[in-house]
This record gives sequence, C-alpha cells and structure tokens, in this order.
Amino acid sequence: MFTYLFFLYCAVMIVGTGLLAITMRNPVHAVLMVLVLFFHMAGLYLILGAEFLAAVQIIVYAGAILVLYLFVLFLVSLRDEVKMDRFVTSAWLGRIISVGLAVSLISMLPTFVLGQKGHWPMAAVIKATHTKALGMEMYTSYILPFEIAGLILLIAVIGGLVLAKHDTPTTIEKS
Amino acid sequence: MHVLILFIEILILFAIIMLHVAYATYFERKIIGHMQVRMGPMRVGWHGLLQPIADGIKSFFKEDVVPEQADVVTFRAAPIICLTAMLTSLAVLPFAKGWVLADINIGLLFIFAMSSLSSYGVILAGWASNSKYTFLGGLRSMAQVISYEVAMGLSLVGVMMLSGTLNLTKIVEAQGGSFGGMYIFPQIIAFFVFFIAMLAETNRVPFDLPEAETELVSGYATEYSGMRYAIFFMAEYIGMMVMSSIGTICFLGGWNGPFEVTIFPPFWFVVKVYAFMFVFIWIRATLPRYRYDQLMSIGWKVLIPLALGNIVLTGFIKAFTG
Repeated sequence: MFTYLFFLYCAVMIVGTGLLAITMRNPVHAVLMVLVLFFHMAGLYLILGAEFLAAVQIIVYAGAILVLYLFVLFLVSLRDEVKMDRFVTSAWLGRIISVGLAVSLISMLPTFVLGQKGHWPMAAVIKATHTKALGMEMYTSYILPFEIAGLILLIAVIGGLVLAKHDTPTTIEKS
Repeated sequence: MHVLILFIEILILFAIIMLHVAYATYFERKIIGHMQVRMGPMRVGWHGLLQPIADGIKSFFKEDVVPEQADVVTFRAAPIICLTAMLTSLAVLPFAKGWVLADINIGLLFIFAMSSLSSYGVILAGWASNSKYTFLGGLRSMAQVISYEVAMGLSLVGVMMLSGTLNLTKIVEAQGGSFGGMYIFPQIIAFFVFFIAMLAETNRVPFDLPEAETELVSGYATEYSGMRYAIFFMAEYIGMMVMSSIGTICFLGGWNGPFEVTIFPPFWFVVKVYAFMFVFIWIRATLPRYRYDQLMSIGWKVLIPLALGNIVLTGFIKAFTG
C-alpha cells in the first residue's frame, strides 16, 4: 500500500516537473525542475530495490550533469531570447501530429511483455546487496558489452579533447 | 511506535548537531584567537562561553533583506537546500556500534549524493542574488565542487575495495579494533587525496575561493542577512563535521579506540572528529589562500591521477595477496 502510494507520488511528480521543465520561461528554473524530476526518478529506483542505481542517478545526473548545464546557462548570455522560425507553420498541424504520436505510443503499451526472469530474484539481490549483485553480473556475464560501452565512452572523450583543443601557434602556455 | 522512536531519535540528533554547530564557531574563534596571540571571545559569560548563543539569538532577530532584483523564491530556498542536504547526510553516519539512524547499504554513496546536492544551494544563492560578487562566488564554487568531488570519490574507492562494502558501519567493522587495522596505513595516498579534497569540498581555507573576503566581499553569501546568512554558516559547519566523520569512519577506524568507554560509546568517534576539526581550524589560521588556476591544476593534474594510481595499486595488492 505504502509502496503503491509512493509510486503514485513519484509518477505524478515526474510528469508534473517534466511538464514544468519544458514550459517555464526562465532556463535556470527549468533546470531546477529537472533536478526535482531526477530525485523522483531515484525514488522509483528505490521502490524497485535498486539502491545503487538510485544513488548513481543522483550523483551523476543531479550532481554532475545538471551542474554542468547550469554552468553553460550562466556563462552563455541569455539577455535576448532566441527566436526561430517554426518548422511546421500551422499550429493545428503540429497538434495533430503530436496527438497522433501520443496515441500510437500509448496503443503500443499492451504489447509490452515482461522479460525472462534472471537468476537474481529480489530476495537474492537484497541478501547480496544491490551493489554487489550489479557488479557481479556486470563484470562476469556482461563483461563484453561493458567493455564495448567503455570503449565508446573513451572515443567520445578523445573526440571531445580533439574538438576542444585548437592547435593555434599563437597560444601562450600558462605555467 | 517504531516511527515515533525514530522521530525522537532524529530530534535528539538534530538538537545535538545544532548545539555542536554553535559551539564549533566558538571553538574556531578561540583557537584562532590563541594562535594569533589574542583572547578570542571573552565578554559573554565565562571566557565567552555564551557567545554562540548570543550570536544565534541576534541573527534570529535581524531583518531578512531580499534584494530588489533577486529571484525571490530561489533566493529564499538556497540556504534551506544547503542545510537540508547537509543534515540529511547525518542520518547515515554511525557514531558508535548501532548508533545510526539509517544503516543503509549505500551509505558512502548517499553522502556523496547529498554533498553534491548541497552545492546547489551555493550555486543558486550566487545566481539568485543578482549581484556580481555572489555570482562569481557561485561559479567558483560550482567548478571547485565538480573537480574535487571526482578526486574525493576516487580516493575512497580504495577504502571500498579493501572493505568490500559501501555500508559505513561495515567499513568500520572491517578495520577491526586494532591500531594497525586502520585504513590510514594501507591507504595513505588515498588519505592524502581525501584530506585535500575534503578541505576544498567544504570551501575552507586554503580553498575558500567561493567566499574569498579580499576579492568577493563574502562570495555567494554577500546579499544574505540575518537568519539566512546564519543558515549558510550552519551548513558549512555541519559539512565540516560530516567530512570529518567520513575521514574518521573510512581511515581512522570510527568508534574504535585504545579502550572502550562504556558510558559513552561514541567517545572515540567524537575525539577523532574533533581532532579533524582542529586541523581544519589550524590550517585556516596558518595558510594563505590558493590562486584559482592553482586550485584547478592541483585538483585535476595531481589529486585525480594520484587517486587513480592508488586504485590500481590497491587492486594489484588485493589480487596478489588475496
């Protein structure tokens, strides 16, 4: 009962703050709404017994990525709002398309089937603690996908370095 | 019934921590005073003992000024975010065996999450005040916290590897009661990194750039007055205490000591935390402030590689010795 109520609360808050995040005029307020949203997503993970994921959700998304967003928002001058030409000129056409998209997505919901049960039922996860269970699976059964993901991230890091570092001969090295 | 007992425990902890915060300021002023060959607070009560109470009452009754151009809601919420995040992390600290409000399996990660949340308070205070000084203070704090959180997290990975758990109580138990069991000996590099990152995370001298008085008036807290200013102060002192507790738990063996004090089990914990606090204050009285680029280069070019090296070293030693 309590879990159900907590789930409802989290779900309502996620949808509500998500809507607020895209409708608020002030970008910093929008980012704050996303922060609240991330906290409630962490709450959902807690309901599922995934405590490690919940902590990582807050540390990585709320603690690092959103702070970086705020940094960009602060450093980019936001005096004048960016006005763009509408991609779809008629507002009604846009509404019809979005409603159609929503209907088609919702109509797909009944086809959702639960995946196969793994060899980590809830009791075993709780006994071994979630962090340990996740680590065991990731570094034994799924080591190859894990390494591939690591390699992709490494490529992204190197790409970021290459893009950020302009080799101009006039650059003076600071000690 | 269980909820009621928990609620009473929370109230007791809250009261003790608030008293602690008040007297930590007294502790700091006295120590710095004596280090600088003056007396420190002397007027209110015997040797100024009632000074923190007087300060608290004074800040309660001061006018709460909100700047005209400020973003009012964010401005008002920022100090509360700071204090709440810091107070929440107290819930997972084991003060003695069984003396913990929430003995959760991800205690260490929880503390990281809360300390990164408290940086939002500082950032938002800087932005919402709509002033140059506070804004620069907020930006500095943001960059500093992001950089040093990485170093701090990595430095504690060695401790996690040795103890094999994230539960703070189990980390203390894994170190055992003996002097040689403390993780400060096998993890001396990690302790070095942790200690410097701890100073930077709590915005203390020599890394107090977000509130550098000589450049930024009072940094992010410039526009705050009365109780809201005091709340930032409380958050800073609770932050110091939480970081000292993490240092005590992860490196100094927590509540274990040379002999057991049965009437007050957290005795050794408190002693170690106060030793940390003393070093904090000692450093404040001794060292000048770092320059901002020096701060960044130490964080990224020295501390993070050191912490990564420590992880590799610990891994090798653990793999070869079992």
